[in-house]
Amino acid sequence: MAVSSQQKEAYFTATQMQLVTTRFFANRAAMIAGSILLFMIVISLFADFLSPYDPTIAGRDKEYENGSPQMPMFWDHNGFSFRPFLHSKTKYRGADTNFRWVYKVDTEKRRYITFFPKGWEYKVFAFKVNLPGKNLDFKISGFAFDRHLFGIDSGGIHLFGTDKPGKDLFSRTLSAIYISLAVGTLGVFISFVLSLIIGGIAGYYGGWIDGVCQMFTDAVRTIPPIPLFMCLAAFAPDTWSSELRFFFIASLLGFIGWPTLARRVRTHLLTERSQEYILAAKLCGASPTHIIIRHLLPSFTSYIIVDLVISFPYMLLSETALSFIGLGLREPVNSLGVLLQSATKADVLLNYQWYFLPVLFLMILILSFVFVGDGLRDAADPHRNK
Amino acid sequence: MRLILIETNSYMTNLLEIKNLNVEFDTDEGRILAVNNLSLSLKEGEVLGIVGESGSGKSVTAKSIMQLNPGNTHYKDGGEIIIDDENALKFNSTKDLKKIRGGKVSMIFQEPMASFAPAIKIGHQMVEQLLLHKSIDKKEAKNISIDMLNRVGIADADKRFNQYAFELSGGMRQRAMIAMALSTMPKLLLADEPTTALDVTIQAQVLDLIKSIVKEYKMGVIFITHDLGVIAQTADYVAVMYLGCIVESGPVREIIKNPKHPYTIGLLEALPDVNNLDVPLKPVPGNIPSPLERPSGCVFHTRCNLYEEGKCNIEFPELKNYSVNHQVACLKVNNNE
Amino acid sequence: MNNNLISVKDVSVEFDYQENFFSKKQKIQAVKNVNLNIKKGSFMGLVGESGSGKTTLGRAILAANHISSGQVIFHDEQNDYDLANISKKDLKDYRKKAQLIFQDPYAALSPRMTVRDILAEPLEVMKITKTREETDERVRVIASKCRLNLEHLRRYPHAFSGGQRQRISIARALVSNPQFIVADESVAALDVSIQADILNLLKALQKDLNLTYLFISHDLSVVAHTCDEVAVMYLGRIVEHAPTRELFSNPKHPYTKALLSSIPSIDPDKQNKAIELKGEIPSSMNPPSGCVFHTRCQYVNENCKKTVPQLEKLNGSDHQVSCLRINEI
Repeated sequence: MAVSSQQKEAYFTATQMQLVTTRFFANRAAMIAGSILLFMIVISLFADFLSPYDPTIAGRDKEYENGSPQMPMFWDHNGFSFRPFLHSKTKYRGADTNFRWVYKVDTEKRRYITFFPKGWEYKVFAFKVNLPGKNLDFKISGFAFDRHLFGIDSGGIHLFGTDKPGKDLFSRTLSAIYISLAVGTLGVFISFVLSLIIGGIAGYYGGWIDGVCQMFTDAVRTIPPIPLFMCLAAFAPDTWSSELRFFFIASLLGFIGWPTLARRVRTHLLTERSQEYILAAKLCGASPTHIIIRHLLPSFTSYIIVDLVISFPYMLLSETALSFIGLGLREPVNSLGVLLQSATKADVLLNYQWYFLPVLFLMILILSFVFVGDGLRDAADPHRNK
Repeated sequence: MRLILIETNSYMTNLLEIKNLNVEFDTDEGRILAVNNLSLSLKEGEVLGIVGESGSGKSVTAKSIMQLNPGNTHYKDGGEIIIDDENALKFNSTKDLKKIRGGKVSMIFQEPMASFAPAIKIGHQMVEQLLLHKSIDKKEAKNISIDMLNRVGIADADKRFNQYAFELSGGMRQRAMIAMALSTMPKLLLADEPTTALDVTIQAQVLDLIKSIVKEYKMGVIFITHDLGVIAQTADYVAVMYLGCIVESGPVREIIKNPKHPYTIGLLEALPDVNNLDVPLKPVPGNIPSPLERPSGCVFHTRCNLYEEGKCNIEFPELKNYSVNHQVACLKVNNNE
Repeated sequence: MNNNLISVKDVSVEFDYQENFFSKKQKIQAVKNVNLNIKKGSFMGLVGESGSGKTTLGRAILAANHISSGQVIFHDEQNDYDLANISKKDLKDYRKKAQLIFQDPYAALSPRMTVRDILAEPLEVMKITKTREETDERVRVIASKCRLNLEHLRRYPHAFSGGQRQRISIARALVSNPQFIVADESVAALDVSIQADILNLLKALQKDLNLTYLFISHDLSVVAHTCDEVAVMYLGRIVEHAPTRELFSNPKHPYTKALLSSIPSIDPDKQNKAIELKGEIPSSMNPPSGCVFHTRCQYVNENCKKTVPQLEKLNGSDHQVSCLRINEI
């Protein structure tokens, strides 16, 4: 395999970061997962734009409660249409349906899908913090928009169906992805900061300081998370606003999650600290600051990024679990866990299977994080024992 | 390419015969050829030294005999490793491999800590190994093990039998590893840099031990090292390897006193000799090529002072007889064929 | 004024060792009562097996290890630096004058820095150059002395072989224009054919830059070929110190004799019979009383177990031996 001298030179002059990214891009599974992940993050950021209806109770469709998913069509017996459309449905109850409310499709009346219609109002970059105590209240009004990607000329369009009160599941799923990712990010950030401080001090100084930090880290790690969550979540009064609850749950996740990350930071630091090139720098009289900034921090940036990406799924799962049992986020804030809560009844299992669509999204989200994390880890450290 | 059998001992059958061994590794960067069409043979009671630097393929060759190479290894078709009339390369099942690993063939490594499990007493490991290969009971296995520990020069063998690997010093650990490798009475001993990590005084003792064991048990030994001094004192025959090929082979005396291949000559000139302090050290020019960029034709041509353009970079030199017993793979060396 | 660059007077280095929180604190005697003078411009070899303390002594001379007792004095033109009690400012100066070349070419270079940055780091940290142009110029000069091409400067360590990396290590040690270099097993990790190249480079650089070397190695053949004088260490003490030719042709200390006899000769006809040393190397935590070698020496007598021998010159020559029975064996 003849390698051109240009390619060789490129390899010789490539920084560690460039080598890592090249190896990552060559990993097909990781790239696919990465694109999926990127796609989900983008749609979550544009959740409000993409949702035809307000995901809260304010946007419910009384005409279409517990409705099944509606697939837009381009063609029916009346001919082809460039604009996708839906058939109308009428509510009907009769002896033949056991007196259950059922929707009958009227294939003659078409309802066309509209693009970029005006719909419910949503805010971008709006931020409201409503913490206890008047001084901590904080509000940015942000920008208001009311355009959405698609809508329908009459009636409702529910791509994923609706739930019992008639809330559009598609809109709810999109905003749930956003909330879950946001809580996860905040939790990861909090645990990252904590673990950097504690793991960093332990790893850099070693000795008895390390011993003490280790004991503390292990103590926190042995606390069983579920009972702890239950206790602390039970303490959160119902009077707290949803944003406050959001921060509270995210902080909880962060405070429980830091020991694992701290341990990794400490290990990285201890290994790097005893590397000979660090000693070489010390023998030139380099100050600890210089060593930390110039040598230690860059050495484990790639590892830390990997650790962060890998700890994300755990945050997501913890939040989902908490919300699922009712101790995490609650209505009107909906996360994937909250959505799953309504999927627990047998009724749902038998008749309204579309309630499980958010599960699919949760699985895809977590799996793509895992694959990306694995891919990053293989790219950053290809010489680990396979 | 075949190594022509040593004529003086041709009436004794070969303990080991390797024919046309080709070993490749699958890596992220492509397929690497580690061993190139290698053939050699060994009789019982003989010590063959394989000398080479990094990338020469000497360790890979030895590990191929026991199929200890990692999972991404490919043994090309047509290669044979014949031990006791069976082709070990064809062995796939654990049952067959058990015959060679620890049974007929034993291996000792550079790092003795790597041979012993740190949390199990060494005696226990030795007994376990014996029970795997011989149909004897535990008591007899224990006796054999303690006897072996004694023979390798470990004082208080029955006390050491009950100790852990970390309780022994480096030299003792290496000797214990030799004891473990020999307790199953293999016909062939593979020694992969066994003394490189040892202090020179301990090395001398371990080499003496290996020599006396070879005499006593009439074992065949393949001794892999980069240290020509060790080869000169321990081996009967030597094969010099470079980038996966044997470039020169023959009796130790002949090769060291009368080297013909430019690489062998270069190695000997670069080696500091305590008894010859006036001679300056001459390094071999250039660098060992990366295995991903094997030079065309003769693999050594990029560093050779006898390089001939148009010949050495195109034609691949086969290992040919220079004289009786002495083979050289060089296009520029007069061969008596 | 003597022409010693470094005077080591009665130096001992001890380390505390505690197996775990509850066990007793113990002391490891890595180096004990060592006296050594390194002359300016010499290429001194320091040999020993594991536990001999040679690395610790080398690092102590560089003030990279603490010195438990004794003095290490660096005789500069203007100043004498007492390394056991050195001020922070003086230590900064000393760092410019004495440097270390490491053993492992793969661990000694930061994989995240280009060769140019690796070579420039000492200059920037020690504030030897003021502008970037000055730094670049110095880097270029030293790189070409170590036979590194200009295009190599832009590359990262992963582009280089072991021998090339070692040359980068050497260049880094030399970039601050030191007078004294400690080479700690600097060729041990290299292939034989490359080893000769690095040794020749070190010798050429010594002539070119007026360097003094302390070459630490366990490989006696390498030391025999490159060093002017050799000191042999055993369990933290110097047992023999002589010019190279003298030491290798006429070793006096029983340990040195055993060591030299163990070197496998390349001549297959020369079957050297290694002098067998009984027993194992004792632990540095519990060194034997009197002469530390007495547990393995074939000439041991009662006096050897009680009295500690001193390093003494033989018949007024440069050959120093530390043995109580030297005149009898």
